[in-house]
Amino acid sequence: MPDHIVSAYDAELQDLRRLITEMGGIAEKMVVEAITALIRRDTALAQAVIAADGRLDGLQRQVEEQAILMIARRQPLAVDLRETISAIRVSGDVERIGDLAKNIAKRVLAIASQFQPQKIVIGVQHMSDLVMGQLKDVLDAYTGRDVEAALDVWRRDGAIDALYTSLFRELLTYMMEDPRNISFCTHLLFCAKNIERIGDHTTNVAETIHYLVTGEPVTGERPKGDQSSYATVEVGP
Amino acid sequence: MNPAALQERPPSMSPTALTSAPIVGTSVADTAAPVRIACRNLDFFYGGAQALKSIDLDVHDRQVTALIGPSGCGKSTLLRTFNRIYSLYPEQRAEGEVILDGRNVLAASTDLNELRARVGMVFQKPTPFPMSIYDNIAFGVRLYERLGRAAMDERVEAALRKAALWDEVKDKLRQSGMGLSGGQQQRLCIARTVAQRPEVILFDEPTSALDPISTGRIEELIDSLRAEFTIVIVTHNMQQAARISQFTAFMYLGEIVEFGPTNRIFMNPAKKQTQDYITGRFG
Repeated sequence: MPDHIVSAYDAELQDLRRLITEMGGIAEKMVVEAITALIRRDTALAQAVIAADGRLDGLQRQVEEQAILMIARRQPLAVDLRETISAIRVSGDVERIGDLAKNIAKRVLAIASQFQPQKIVIGVQHMSDLVMGQLKDVLDAYTGRDVEAALDVWRRDGAIDALYTSLFRELLTYMMEDPRNISFCTHLLFCAKNIERIGDHTTNVAETIHYLVTGEPVTGERPKGDQSSYATVEVGP
Repeated sequence: MNPAALQERPPSMSPTALTSAPIVGTSVADTAAPVRIACRNLDFFYGGAQALKSIDLDVHDRQVTALIGPSGCGKSTLLRTFNRIYSLYPEQRAEGEVILDGRNVLAASTDLNELRARVGMVFQKPTPFPMSIYDNIAFGVRLYERLGRAAMDERVEAALRKAALWDEVKDKLRQSGMGLSGGQQQRLCIARTVAQRPEVILFDEPTSALDPISTGRIEELIDSLRAEFTIVIVTHNMQQAARISQFTAFMYLGEIVEFGPTNRIFMNPAKKQTQDYITGRFG
């Protein structure tokens, strides 16, 4: 696309993109480290994740201020307007992803000293591998303005939801087997829910990318596999 | 609350009723509105220089159509064919068709006085006549109609009210129109046009000489006039076109590059040239 006649306009848009990329990098690192801390019961790493969130929040405020100033100053239209609005939306989603990672890290501190059946932790790890793949792909799609890659993320999220539902059932069973598991399993359940929510935010970003590039909202229902709202476990005889 | 009560809430409260309510003051294009002016294969020449190249354009009834494009793209020229004001100049000529209510206004048989009463025009600079506010409006009406005193008073008042000027001038109708502010003079010119009860009003950059407050008043006025008149406006102010029009045509080098509902043109134009122009990338 050719440059704007007013070169400061290009510099401002470039600045928005740079801020979002930086936010994406921080959020990705926070998610990876929060999951690692959970699996290894590494409280120092969990503390680092909690500390990193402040920087992410600051960047989000910067994106919003920059975007609002641009609307006031440049009255962006067409693709420029979509880019400005998309930056506000994406920064909101990425900031929430950071919050969810931070929440996982806090729970790592809470359950660090408790007995942990490693088998369930592996289930969470599998789920988080999928989500981290989604997050990386959607951030790449944003940088590359790649609608197809974004839609791929959007469609894939159903698998994470399905995995979450099965993990939910599994954790319920553990809790029923032995009440000593309840505290740990509850925290783990929230961690799994957080990971599933991170997946949802990646699909929001994917929808924003679609709007940014094509000017149209994504049509059709996203495939959803989260049935945990209806899940129960039968109590034995 | 029981579930049945939720089901039986009045239709006015349902989300669909909210969205399907008539939208006032927003620029949603009515693509089903009948076509008031149709240009077909329209060419225009200033002597040997061709300024418009086979223009096809539908201007919809009681909608505001904005013509945008860089200087010299032909938007004012196109506007000037609708009431044949160009024919004041012998070396200017148009070929093709401009169909207003089924008749080609470019035909030699067209009565130009009648045409200009049906298609009014407001220019960039306010052009009040050096006479009283009252006579500025009555003068135009007298060209086409013979009205009694009471009927003329009524017509002048109605025109000034429609142009949102009545409250400001009702006590000084006998004073000169030249003594009004720029914004008021422009509204006086709009009142003069409205008084002739045209079908179409053409605006050629009507606010480019006005301050933001007067511009706001004129924009508000144009939005209210579209209830009664079909409006075509040439403007260099992109945000103005986005605010007040329902349809937008982007012109470049004498051709219409893209035409469509304003919201689409400004949010998601189909042509790269349109996008480059409205986002300020046109160099």
